[in-house]
Amino acid sequence: MSDTPLLDDLEKGPWPSFVKEMKRAALKSPAAKDLLGLVELSYKDRVTHWKHGGIVGVTGYGGGVIGRYSDVPEKFPNAEQFHTIRVNHPSGWFYNTQSLRKICDLWEKYGSGLTNFHGSTGDIILLGTRTENIQKFFDELIEIGFDLGGSGSVLRTPTGCVGPARCEWACFDSLDLVYDLTQTFQDQLHRPRWPYKFKIKASACPNDCVAAIARADFTIIGAWKDSIRIDQKEVKEYAAKGMDIKGLIADRCPGGALTWDEKKGELSVKPEDCTRCMHCINKMTKAIRPGTEKGASILIGGKAPIQKGAFLSWMLVPFIKIEPPYTEIKDLLEKIWDWWDEHGRNRERIAETIARMGFKVFLKAVGLKPLAQMVKHPRSNPFIFFNE
Amino acid sequence: MAKQTDIGPPDYRMMLPESIKENYGTWKYHEILKPGLMKHVAESGSELYTVRVGSPRLVSIDFIRDMCDLADRYCGGYLRFTSRANVEFMTPEKKNVEPLIADIRKLGLPVGGIGDCISNVVHTQGWIHCHSSATDASGLVKSIMDELYPYFTEFKLEAKLRIAVACCINMCGAVHCSDLAVVGIHTKPPKVNNEKLAATCEIPSVLASCPTGAIHRHPDKEVKGVVVREERCMYCGNCYTVCPAMPLADADGDGLAIFVGGKVSNARKPPMFSRLAIPFIPNNPPRWPEVTGALKNIVDVYVKDSRKYERLGEWIERIGWEKFFRLTGIPFTEHHIDDFTGATETFRTTTQFKW
Repeated sequence: MSDTPLLDDLEKGPWPSFVKEMKRAALKSPAAKDLLGLVELSYKDRVTHWKHGGIVGVTGYGGGVIGRYSDVPEKFPNAEQFHTIRVNHPSGWFYNTQSLRKICDLWEKYGSGLTNFHGSTGDIILLGTRTENIQKFFDELIEIGFDLGGSGSVLRTPTGCVGPARCEWACFDSLDLVYDLTQTFQDQLHRPRWPYKFKIKASACPNDCVAAIARADFTIIGAWKDSIRIDQKEVKEYAAKGMDIKGLIADRCPGGALTWDEKKGELSVKPEDCTRCMHCINKMTKAIRPGTEKGASILIGGKAPIQKGAFLSWMLVPFIKIEPPYTEIKDLLEKIWDWWDEHGRNRERIAETIARMGFKVFLKAVGLKPLAQMVKHPRSNPFIFFNE
Repeated sequence: MAKQTDIGPPDYRMMLPESIKENYGTWKYHEILKPGLMKHVAESGSELYTVRVGSPRLVSIDFIRDMCDLADRYCGGYLRFTSRANVEFMTPEKKNVEPLIADIRKLGLPVGGIGDCISNVVHTQGWIHCHSSATDASGLVKSIMDELYPYFTEFKLEAKLRIAVACCINMCGAVHCSDLAVVGIHTKPPKVNNEKLAATCEIPSVLASCPTGAIHRHPDKEVKGVVVREERCMYCGNCYTVCPAMPLADADGDGLAIFVGGKVSNARKPPMFSRLAIPFIPNNPPRWPEVTGALKNIVDVYVKDSRKYERLGEWIERIGWEKFFRLTGIPFTEHHIDDFTGATETFRTTTQFKW
């Protein structure tokens, strides 16, 4: 009889099985084999068998490795230490196979052979190694041209969407921006100095494929200032193929910016009423495109619930040009970090510091003027602080 | 020690296939040709085909090597991953597409996830790795995707539908803005071990970690430790993250909550949070049938009642939450009424509602 009857059940069914992957790793690695037993025990007991934390790492860094110890070492000695290493992925998660194979070979040598491609933040996650292997692994990782990602109260590994590499909607070069910011802020990424984590994510259009608005403290989302571009010949093609352009496109425009002229077969736009929601562009990919005066909006404060509740990012800079060497963005980041470092409490994300101290105070500190685009509506209470 | 540190990730330009380097920033439009296959066309007229493949995310190095073999065979030695842990193979050669798809299927992997369908599930670690998890993540995802598999490989929806799983309320990943979000929750307060606490934790930071102020110094001055006012605890686990002497995992108390109707894209309606649909389902590994059944039910009702292009949250906004609960048969309970910060903004301030 199998040692892992509960997990074995998860080898069945059409969706690819992580248990099958664990068993593949277990053929080569005693640690992966013991991990199977340990996870089976969790399935039986319905609780985790990992202990809290444990500080491990590499010389000179304060993050990038997450220490992990089992609470049942006597049962599964090879998985007693199962530390995780975060490796900073290349922009847009593009790889050549030589690089990927080198990472696999290194992880075969020093780890369990189990991975996540990728973790939620965006790093390559290498699951399961022992303390004595970490430095050796890191030294060789540097040799093959990769470095660790962020963990703890640091700048977490910045991520961005596929951008201009393979998307016609990119309003800026998300791959280059992410690469440049990651390289510029290596110190902030590897050495904890702040109240808590800080995330930067860049989506090159308002479809926001990396969920920047929900997850990033510093959210960069593509925008344009002029009008969407409409190719009337292609519009007519869509109409000819039976698309209900009035009902499904013009009437669904949240700004009421689109008008469909049935007789002429023409779709017209009033650019000042367009909110750049992307609906018409998403649905008529051949006929409608973003404008040409491109850049981004910057929003601040997106985060998950811990501890004062979840926030979507708040509009901070309605429009900014995104061009190398990205000085304006870097200056803004430095100002934000200086203020947060000074005023943030332990384990307080930037949004929580802003919520506690006031958006007004924050804007002054980072040198930005109040704009109507920053709010859904002005305050409805009369409790105004007039002290200057 | 390494000769160098702080080298950062490799330059992305090393990782791009020729066909992308040539057309970088000059893509004109794309078309979705069938589930899991799209074609991008550049201003120059060059074409690029992308095949999207579902992955279990928790994979062995041999899986990655399999992917590399496919990329070497069909894609000039390049590939990419998506933000939802799919693998994408790209080729300018139309003739490569069908043989590539056939080889992917030989490996037992699904092709799909592009356009109006369910893409791969964003999820966290669970019992594989995490000390604060209230459930497993990989097993839940496997069970959910087995149940909803045809929605990945076929076009059966009016809009895209995004699922996320978080194994505790730390919610690594964008769980809180997903069409369907499954969240591991604890329902028992931490069991304080004051002996361990005195040895390993700073009491002020433990007190400060509690968002509801439920943790106080131990009333007995002789005891170096804390007490938890259990009626004020909402089991967030923030104290446990700060201090290992405050564990709150509990086999019977831990389970899942289901939140629905969130999204991150700005298309039509602005981004939305997911809202509570089902407050608690006990852990029932290895298949969590109550969870997969509840999700299947919500998807079935949404499929039947939604209009063209309507995301789950847009559908609920149109019909109203009261009708959502009626159509899905999910009971509305006191737990659905918010009592955390900002709760009053969620109360109905109009006489407009549906019976």
